[in-house]
Amino acid sequence: MENLEGIVDRAKDAVAKAESEQSLEQLRVDYLGKKGQITQLLKELGRLDAAERPAAGAKINEAKLLVQDLINEAKSELSSKNEAVKLAAESIDVTLPGRKESLGTLHPVTRTMLRIEDFFARSGYTVEEGPEIEDDYHNFEALNIPSHHPARAMHDTFYFDPTTLLRTHTSPVQIRVMESSKPPFRMICPGRVYRCDSDMTHTPMFHQVEGLMVDKHVSFADLKSTIVEFLREFFEKDLEVRFRPSYFPFTEPSAEVDIEWGRNEDGSIKWLEVMGCGMVHPKVFEAAGVDSETYSGFAFGMGVERLAMLRYGVNDLRMFFENDMRFLDQF
Amino acid sequence: MKFSEYWLREWVDPQLSSEALVQQITMAGLEVDAAERVAKPFSGIVVGEVLSVEPHPDADKLRVCKVSDGQEQFQVVCGAPNVVAGMKVPFAKIGAVLSGDFKIKKAKLRGVESQGMLCSEEELTLAEKSDGLMPLAADAPVGADVRSYLKLDDNIIDVDLTPNRSDCLSILGMAREVAALNKIPFDAPEVKKTAAVTEDVFPVRIDAPEACPRYVGRVIKGVDLSAPTPQWMVEKLRRSGIRSIDAVVDVTNFVMIELGQPMHAFDLNELADGIVVRMPAPGEKLVLLDGQEITINPDTLVIADKEKPLALAGIMGGEHSSVSEKTKDIFLESAFFAPLHLAGKARSYGLHTDSSHRFERGVDYAHQARAIERATELLLEIVGGQPGPVTEVCSKEHLPAKALVNLRHARVDELLGVHLDRTRVEEMLARLGLSVHKVAKDGWTFSAPTHRFDISIEVDLIEEVARLYGYNKLPVTEPMAPLGIKPLPESKVSLRRLKLHLVSRGYQEAITYSFVDQKVLSLLTPEEDTINLANPIASDMAAMRTTLWAGLLQTALYNQNRQQNRIRLFESGLRFLKKDGQIQQDPMLAGLIMGASMPEGWESKKRTVDFYDVKGDLESLLEIPGCNLSFRGAQHPALHPGQTAEVLKDEQPIGVLGALHPRIAKTLNLNGPLYLFELCLNSIADGQVPSFKGVSRFPEIRRDLAIVIDEQTPYADVALAIAQSAGEWRVHHELFDVYHGDSVDADKKSLAISIVWRHPERTLRDEEITEAFDNVVKELGNRFGASLRS
Repeated sequence: MENLEGIVDRAKDAVAKAESEQSLEQLRVDYLGKKGQITQLLKELGRLDAAERPAAGAKINEAKLLVQDLINEAKSELSSKNEAVKLAAESIDVTLPGRKESLGTLHPVTRTMLRIEDFFARSGYTVEEGPEIEDDYHNFEALNIPSHHPARAMHDTFYFDPTTLLRTHTSPVQIRVMESSKPPFRMICPGRVYRCDSDMTHTPMFHQVEGLMVDKHVSFADLKSTIVEFLREFFEKDLEVRFRPSYFPFTEPSAEVDIEWGRNEDGSIKWLEVMGCGMVHPKVFEAAGVDSETYSGFAFGMGVERLAMLRYGVNDLRMFFENDMRFLDQF
Repeated sequence: MKFSEYWLREWVDPQLSSEALVQQITMAGLEVDAAERVAKPFSGIVVGEVLSVEPHPDADKLRVCKVSDGQEQFQVVCGAPNVVAGMKVPFAKIGAVLSGDFKIKKAKLRGVESQGMLCSEEELTLAEKSDGLMPLAADAPVGADVRSYLKLDDNIIDVDLTPNRSDCLSILGMAREVAALNKIPFDAPEVKKTAAVTEDVFPVRIDAPEACPRYVGRVIKGVDLSAPTPQWMVEKLRRSGIRSIDAVVDVTNFVMIELGQPMHAFDLNELADGIVVRMPAPGEKLVLLDGQEITINPDTLVIADKEKPLALAGIMGGEHSSVSEKTKDIFLESAFFAPLHLAGKARSYGLHTDSSHRFERGVDYAHQARAIERATELLLEIVGGQPGPVTEVCSKEHLPAKALVNLRHARVDELLGVHLDRTRVEEMLARLGLSVHKVAKDGWTFSAPTHRFDISIEVDLIEEVARLYGYNKLPVTEPMAPLGIKPLPESKVSLRRLKLHLVSRGYQEAITYSFVDQKVLSLLTPEEDTINLANPIASDMAAMRTTLWAGLLQTALYNQNRQQNRIRLFESGLRFLKKDGQIQQDPMLAGLIMGASMPEGWESKKRTVDFYDVKGDLESLLEIPGCNLSFRGAQHPALHPGQTAEVLKDEQPIGVLGALHPRIAKTLNLNGPLYLFELCLNSIADGQVPSFKGVSRFPEIRRDLAIVIDEQTPYADVALAIAQSAGEWRVHHELFDVYHGDSVDADKKSLAISIVWRHPERTLRDEEITEAFDNVVKELGNRFGASLRS
């Protein structure tokens, strides 16, 4: 059986020197295959004495397993080495930018309007829309602003003809909704409005969100909490809010709402006007067919651009309508 | 309404600092726009008397003056043209500090020593610019500190009054309000009645009593218009933003600011026979005080004499009858014009005067006689003269009815959410001059004072109660409302969803003006009538957009001019059409792309956008509603005739897309191909609610088809033919190659299409597929003459 030891030694040598999976496979065939050297020895066992056969057979099998293991081990070593080489070759610069379409943006006015809608929608307000070319009745008369009312001078109106105009606020939408359905109402009316005015702080078109709540027993106290909570949530700040008596033909009592916007040198609050509100005027209810003895309500209105400017720190109103992509891209 | 704080404090002087006072009236609903010191800080300026004026030895324009401060004499070199001996002027002595920290030191001017400076209004910060010294009154106490002599630590308070509070358009009104807020009385200067010293009256007739229910007049003869207006009055007027004209005009303005009653003074000798307050005759003309000649509108009340109109009642006087330096005798007018009658009239002439502002909003109708007495008193002091008796013509029935307003006590609680005792409510309203007319079980009837035009219904009183109570002290409670579930249709496609989809495909949202340049619209939609504004702010912002492309193209141009090369924009909003005379306002969604198909990257596959990019975006967008939409070739005046398609829903066009017509691109200075789409939002507002179909467990089978077909045959037709001929187990088919080239004829194209079949319940047999495939080939051959590509 010196033969066997010699075969095993040679096999060990050969496996150690093998550099590819093919050569290892060839070695397997050479030693362990049907005509392999070790297989041959097994086939020759029959020539031995019956008494020697079991021991010799065991040795050959042992040698066979040993070579088998050697080859397998070498194969797996080689394959992980090959894999490592392959993976190394496949490595890339992962810091190169990915292939993509860039993300666009919603206009800051839309972004602001959607936030406002969401706040009120969570409290059960519906979102209502209406025409922008309005009639004089819905824009003024029904809102207790008869022709020649001095308040008309507060609305520099764009006209098409004496009774057709571009709405100066979104309040006419409220009238249209009240005319066509029954209280209670909770709605907000976002949209474009128009005033014949253009300078550093006015654009001839801007956006408003007006809100209305009509129900039994709605009071000024309800209005106050609605406005205060909205403003604090909108700015995500525990702001001071104050209500200042004012005048709108369609509400009474009416108020302007100021928020805390920084402090003066002496520590006093700097106030900034952000919106108007009030209790719905009985004449508006009358025009819209709502019984003002049974129902009461509050209304409020805010300029979207102004809120967007405050929220995002935009310092020039006119940028909203220039649509410079370097501006839009920031939102 | 602008006024001097000192003036107000002469009437009512609460124990409040200026800041606290300003805050208090703001919080009472009389919003203070600004409160500014009359003069900026300066010190060391006294009343000086010019004793002598000598020429400067070395300078023609300079004078050498001797000036007294009451104790010493000083030599002062002065360049002002109006310096004369004997005049009193503000004198900045050595050591004085002028505004801007400018210190007065001893100086030599052209070799002559000057011990101080004589000052102009500009140097006292009372005027932007002056061209000479500020002359002080002859009785000014020499040596007195100018700041305190001229009361320059006063503040000018500018209140932005809301239209309902015309009662506060005077010192009287502001004092009344401040007194009510502080629960203190106020002292109105007593107006004494001046007895007539002549019998001279000028007759007044009112032909339009509904417009002018009361007219009070008085003749004053022999006035001396050379007499200057006293400095105190000039200053008070100046602090109310009114320039001094002459003593008579100044007095009428003073009374207007003080009492709120606008007045007018006529030159009596220019009037014929008597005053007639009437509506104008057709075509009557008048030259106004400001020099413009107007034709009087038929609805404008005029003050006339027997021959001609003299003034637009309550708006502006005429030039002809106005007081001038030659005037000897005057006729004073103090009238009440009904607010409704005057409303909007001034504006129709492009006018807005202090007088029209007050009359339109409402002037106290019980105040005319008091005002004329006040004016008489002041005039006699300044310009002298002999007053005649006061004449009054009044139509009582046309005066405003005294407002009696019911207030239910419970209603105060309900509307304000706070309970106030009956006595508290009464006390608050009493402070504002409202008296209890009648007490009822559930409340009161209040009588409103004649100056409160804004009080006529219950809620007016509740507002007053809220105001005096303090809006910020009113309670805050969360609203209670029914929590019913509201409808939320699942099929509704929200605009928000569509917008966010475009955003994730790289589009930026623009918001452009709804009014655009008519010229641009005539390029884009020449066949549409536009709806035009009667009063646009600019001629290129006059036409309501008939397509959102107008604004998007302008925006693209704006950005192109700012080095933006890849532009992807969308906008939503109304477009405005006129159809059969009716205005149609449709919500639209429009987009625009130009430049590179993808953002610049490091790979070399760069390409500019083409039609199929915008179409792809649109197809992807329209998967959201998921309704059955199709495209077909179309024509649009704004688009390239060979690259335009319309979007169809149920065979109805609901949108259009394509390349901007190169000619229009050139006209608008837009570079390079640019693709547009516009969709009618209402048509895609309703999507679909998913409806489940079984998922087959069996394999799908794909066959590829390559055909050669006429170049002109639209793919959509081919696709339709395949769908119709591939049998019922066809699942879908996709076009995966379009080829033009050497191996097909020039007027042909080759299309490669994969068709996929699958049966829901079994594996399809090969021969079934072959049969279906052959059927497709046959159909394409029959319909289009297509042949299999060899």
